[in-house]
Amino acid sequence: MPNSNPNQRPDPDALLARVREEEARGQRGRLKIFFGAAPGVGKSYAMLEAARRIKGEGTDVIVGYVELHGRPDTEALLAGLEILPPQHLEHRGVTLAEFDLDAALQRKPAVIVVDELAHSNHPGARHPKRWMDIEELLHAGIDVHTTVNVQHLESLNDVIAQITGVQVRETVPDKVFDSANEVELVDLPPDELLQRLQEGKVYIEEKVQHALASFFRKGNLIALRQLALRATADRVDSTMREYRDRHAIQNTWPAGERVLVCVGPDPLSARLVRSARRLATALHADWLAVYVETPALVRLSRQARDRVLQTLKLAESLGAETANLSGESVASELLAFARQRNVSKIIVGKPARGRWHDRLKPSLVDEIVRGSGDIDVFVITGEQGAENVAPPRLPGRSSELPAYLRSLAVVAAITLLCALLNRHVERTNLVMLYLLGTVLVATRFGRGPSVLAAVLSVTLFDFLFVPPIHSFAVADAQYLITFAVMLTTGLIISNLAARGRRQASVARQRERRTSELYALSRELAQSRDLVELGSILVRHVLASIEGEAVVLLADADGRVQDPTHFCARGVAPVNLSRYPVPGNDLGIAQWAYDHRQKAGHNTDTLGSADAIYLPLNALRRCIGVLGLRAKEPRQIEIPEQMHLLESFVNQAAVAMERVQLVESAQAASMEVESEKLRSLLLSSISHDFRTPLASIIGMASTLLDGASASLGEERRRNLLQSLLDEAQRLHRLVDNLLDLTRLSSGTVRLKREWAAMDELVGAVLTRYRDALAGTNVTVDVPANLPLVLCDEVMIGQVLGNLVENAQKHAPGSAIRIAVSLQPGAIAVSVRDEGPGLTPGTEHRVFEKFQRGNDEGAQSGFGLGLTICKAILEAHDGSIQALNPPGGGAEFRFTLPLSAAPAGQAAQE
Amino acid sequence: MNTARINLLAIEDDPQIQRFLLAALEAHGYALEIAATGKEGLRLATLQQPDIIIVDLGLPDISGLDVISRLREWYTRPIVVLSARSRESDKVAALDQGADDYLTKPFGIGELLARLRVAQRHSAERADDKTQARIEIGTLVIDLAARRVQRDGSDVHLTPIEYRVLAALARHRGKVLTHRQLLRDVWGASHVESPHYLRIYMRALRQKIEAEPARPRYLLTEVGVGYRLADA
Repeated sequence: MPNSNPNQRPDPDALLARVREEEARGQRGRLKIFFGAAPGVGKSYAMLEAARRIKGEGTDVIVGYVELHGRPDTEALLAGLEILPPQHLEHRGVTLAEFDLDAALQRKPAVIVVDELAHSNHPGARHPKRWMDIEELLHAGIDVHTTVNVQHLESLNDVIAQITGVQVRETVPDKVFDSANEVELVDLPPDELLQRLQEGKVYIEEKVQHALASFFRKGNLIALRQLALRATADRVDSTMREYRDRHAIQNTWPAGERVLVCVGPDPLSARLVRSARRLATALHADWLAVYVETPALVRLSRQARDRVLQTLKLAESLGAETANLSGESVASELLAFARQRNVSKIIVGKPARGRWHDRLKPSLVDEIVRGSGDIDVFVITGEQGAENVAPPRLPGRSSELPAYLRSLAVVAAITLLCALLNRHVERTNLVMLYLLGTVLVATRFGRGPSVLAAVLSVTLFDFLFVPPIHSFAVADAQYLITFAVMLTTGLIISNLAARGRRQASVARQRERRTSELYALSRELAQSRDLVELGSILVRHVLASIEGEAVVLLADADGRVQDPTHFCARGVAPVNLSRYPVPGNDLGIAQWAYDHRQKAGHNTDTLGSADAIYLPLNALRRCIGVLGLRAKEPRQIEIPEQMHLLESFVNQAAVAMERVQLVESAQAASMEVESEKLRSLLLSSISHDFRTPLASIIGMASTLLDGASASLGEERRRNLLQSLLDEAQRLHRLVDNLLDLTRLSSGTVRLKREWAAMDELVGAVLTRYRDALAGTNVTVDVPANLPLVLCDEVMIGQVLGNLVENAQKHAPGSAIRIAVSLQPGAIAVSVRDEGPGLTPGTEHRVFEKFQRGNDEGAQSGFGLGLTICKAILEAHDGSIQALNPPGGGAEFRFTLPLSAAPAGQAAQE
Repeated sequence: MNTARINLLAIEDDPQIQRFLLAALEAHGYALEIAATGKEGLRLATLQQPDIIIVDLGLPDISGLDVISRLREWYTRPIVVLSARSRESDKVAALDQGADDYLTKPFGIGELLARLRVAQRHSAERADDKTQARIEIGTLVIDLAARRVQRDGSDVHLTPIEYRVLAALARHRGKVLTHRQLLRDVWGASHVESPHYLRIYMRALRQKIEAEPARPRYLLTEVGVGYRLADA
C-alpha cells in the first residue's frame, strides 16, 4: 500500500544501496538454483528441461557441466544442447574431469548450466569450490542455472548432521543461496523418492553407499524436505520483504536488531556461529562474531588458536562482521563492544563444568547475564563438554626452566640474608624480606616462578627461623597467621604482576601495529612518486611480515606489469622488485587486479599458490597489486595480521591514487593551456601575417600593372623598398614563430660552449648595422670579462631581440647596452629612452602574445620576449623588465658563471 | 665587371629561388646554369667545369653535404652554400667539408654578389698560386711577407699566436673560417676541441687592432660558426 507520508519514505541510504545493487545486478548474470531436499529428487532433470525450453525460445544456452550418473532419461535431455567439453586436470597421476571455467568465460553464452553448486573442485582448478567458479561466471555477466541440496547449505549443515547423523563436507555459503535471483524447489514426496531409490533410479557412489543407507530413511527424508521447504519459504519471504521495501510499504519490522556471538577456542564455537547466523537471518539482522583475547588465552596452543581463526573465517563466510578484542575480562570487553555497536542480542555457549567450579568463580555466562542490562542473552548448549577445550598450557614450558632456577636463587639469597640478620632484627622483618623476594620474582619471571618463590619462602621461613628451628612444627600458633598472610600475599602479588606483564605485552602488540600504520601513512604522505610509494609499501609490509614482496602496477591497458617492465620503460625500479614474479603468479595478480579481490595463498582463489596478491584498491580504481610471499605462510593467515596488511595496502592505494590524480590533473591543465595557446596563435597569425602579406600583394600587383610606367621612378623605388621591408618583417615573424615552437616543444638542445659576451654584443650590433643606422647606440663592456658557458646562437638571439625590441618601441631614442659582472653571474642590460613600460605590466611582457602597449601602432608577434625568457630559463638564467629611474625601458638578463675552462689564460 | 663571363652552377631545387638567381646573376654579367637535384648538379659540374658552384643544403635527392664532399674529390674551385637559418651546425659542417662560404636564406642580392666576389678573388689567387702579401682594409695593413701589422700608420705588437690567428684570417680575407679550421691552422689538429682559446686571443686581437673592440670593424664574428676578416 503506497504511503504518502513523507516521513515514511525509505531511508535514502537504503535506497542508494539498492540502486547500486540493481546496477550491479544489471551487469551481473542472474543465478537460478534448482533446490532439492535430497539427491534423486530430479533437480538435474528439471534444470535440463528448463534449459531445453529456453533454448527453444532462442536463448544462447550451453551445458557447462552435468553429472549424468548414467541416468538415460537425463541423458536424453542433453541431446541438441551445446555441451562444453570439461578440462582434464592431472593430479598425482590421475586425470580428473572438471568444469572448464576459462572456456566458459571465453564462450560467454547468455545462460550456462552447471550442475552441483556444492561441488569441491579438484586440485589445480582456479577456485577450490564450484560456487566460486559460478560467482565468476555471474560476475562476467553470464546467467547460471545450477542445482543444490538442502544439506549443503552452510547454516543448516550442523542441524542436518544432527538429524541424519551424516556430516556433509561440501557446503555452500548461505550468501550464495541468498543472492540467487530465483530458487526453484524441486520437490518429491519421500515415499516416491524411496520408491525411485529402490528402483535404482537414484545414483549413489559405491563407497558411500553404506553411509547413505541410513541417510535415506523416511524420517530423515521428511525432515530434510521440511528444511528445504522452509528455506525456500524464507527466501520467498525475504523477496517479498525486499519488494515491500522497494515499494515503500512500511511495516512493523523491528529496526536495528543486531546479533553478537562470542566465539572461543572450543569446537562448540562453530555451532554457536551457525546458530547466530540462523537467528540473525530470522530477525533480518546484522550479526557480529567476536573473539576476546584475554591474557589467559594469549597462551593458547597453536591448534586452539587455529581453531579460533577457522571459526572466525566461518562466521565471515556466513556473512558476519568479525572482530578481535583484547582485554582483561571477556565479559566486560564483550559487553562494552556490544553497547558500542548497539547489539540487541548476545549468543554465548553454555559452559559444561562442575558445579563447584561455578561456585568458586562465576562463569562467563553469569558475568554476561549480570552485566547485560537490556541486551538479550541466548545461551546455546554445546554437544561436547568444555573439557574438550585444550587446557591453556604455557607454550614452550622448558624454555622457562631458567626462570624457575632464578626464582630458587632469589629465595636462597634472601634466606642467606635472613640468616645473617636473624640475630639483629625482628622475625616479622624477615617475613618482609621474603615478600620482597616474591615480588621481585613475580615482576621479573612471571606467575609460575613467583608461586614457587612464595611457597618456598613460607616453608623456609618456618623451617629455619620459626622456633622450633629446623622443624616444620610451630611453637607459637600466631605464626600460622603469619604463614597464611605471607602465602596469600605472595600469591596475590604474583598474580597481579603476571597479569600486568601480560596486559603490557598485549598493549605493546597493539601499540606496535598502530605505530606501524601511522609510520606508513606519514611516509606515504610525503612522497609524490608512484614508484617510491610502491617501495615504501613494500618496505613496511616486509617490516611486519618476513618474506618477499613486490608491487605490480597496472599499465594503461589494465595489465599488471612485472617491475622489469618498469625498468624497460625508464621508471627507476627502486627496490620494487624483491622477487621475480613467476608467470603463473602474474596471472593470479591479474585476476586480483581485475576482480579487485585478494587472490593466492590463503584466499578463495588459487589458494594453493605460495604468495598472496592483494589489489591496491583506491576509491575510484585499482592501482595495481601487492604480491607477498611470506617466509612463514601462517603469518598471513592470522586475521589481525591480514587486517594490518589490508590496511597497509589500502592506505598505499589511496596515496597512489592521489599521486595519479595529481598527475592527470596536471596533464589536463597543460592540455587546456596548450589549447588556449593554439587558438591565440591562430588568431594572432591570421592578423600579423595578413598585414604584411596584404601590402606585399598590393605593391607587387601595382608594379606589375600596365599603368605602372606612369608611376615615376621615385614612386617605383619607394614601392619596391616597402615590398622588401614587408617581406623582411614577415621573415622575422616566421623566425620568431619557429623559434618559439622549437623552444616550447622542448626539442631544442643547448649547444653550450665557452663564449665571450663582448664578442656577442659586437656580433649583434654588426648584424643589425643597417637597421640601427642613425640610432645612437652606446656600449659599456668592462675589460677582461670571464667567458660564459652558453649556447651563443641563442644568447645572441636574446640580445638581438632586445635590441630590436628597444628600437621598435622607442623609435629614434638612444640605446645603451651594458654588461656587468655580478657575484656568480654576468648581467646584460639593454635600455632605451622611450616611453617605458606601462607600470604594473613589467612581468607580463614575457607572457605569450603580450605587447608593451596593446594598441600600439607597432605590429609584430609579442613573441620575442617570450623566446628570450624561454632561452634564459634553459640556461638557468633570468630576465626581467623594469622602468629605470630616469625614464625609458630596461631589459636585463643574467647568466650564471661557471668555473673557467683549463688553459684559458694560456698566454705565451 | 670582368669581360670574360664567369660560369656559375647553382644546385637548387626551389623554382622561385632559381628564377631569382637567374634574373639577378645574369643581370650582373654571370652565366648561370641550374640543376634541380644533387645528381643533376654533379653531372653538370663534370660537364661544364663551372668557375663557382652554389649548393643549397636541402636538396630533394642527396644531401647538400654529400654533394660538397663528392665535388671536393676533384673540384678545386669555390663552392658557396645556401642554407636556412638556425642550422648553424649544418653551415659549420659544410665549411668543414670544404665549402668556401655560406649564405643564409633569405638573402638579398647584395650579399650574394659580395660572396661571389670574394670567392672569385680567392679562386684567382689560388690559380696564380700567390697570396697577396700586403693586405689593406681601411686603416689596417697586414704585411704577410714582413709579418707586420699596422693600424693608423703605427705598428701593432702582436704575440706569435695572435699574429698566426690574424694571418690565417687575412689569407682567407672576406671568407668565414670555422672555429675548427682556425684552431687547426693556428694550434694544430690536437686543439680543435678547445674553442675557448680562440675567444681569448680574438679578444686580445680586437683590443689591439680595433678602434672600438665592442663594435668590431675588422674582426667579425659569425655567431655559432666562426670568424671572418672584413673584406673592405
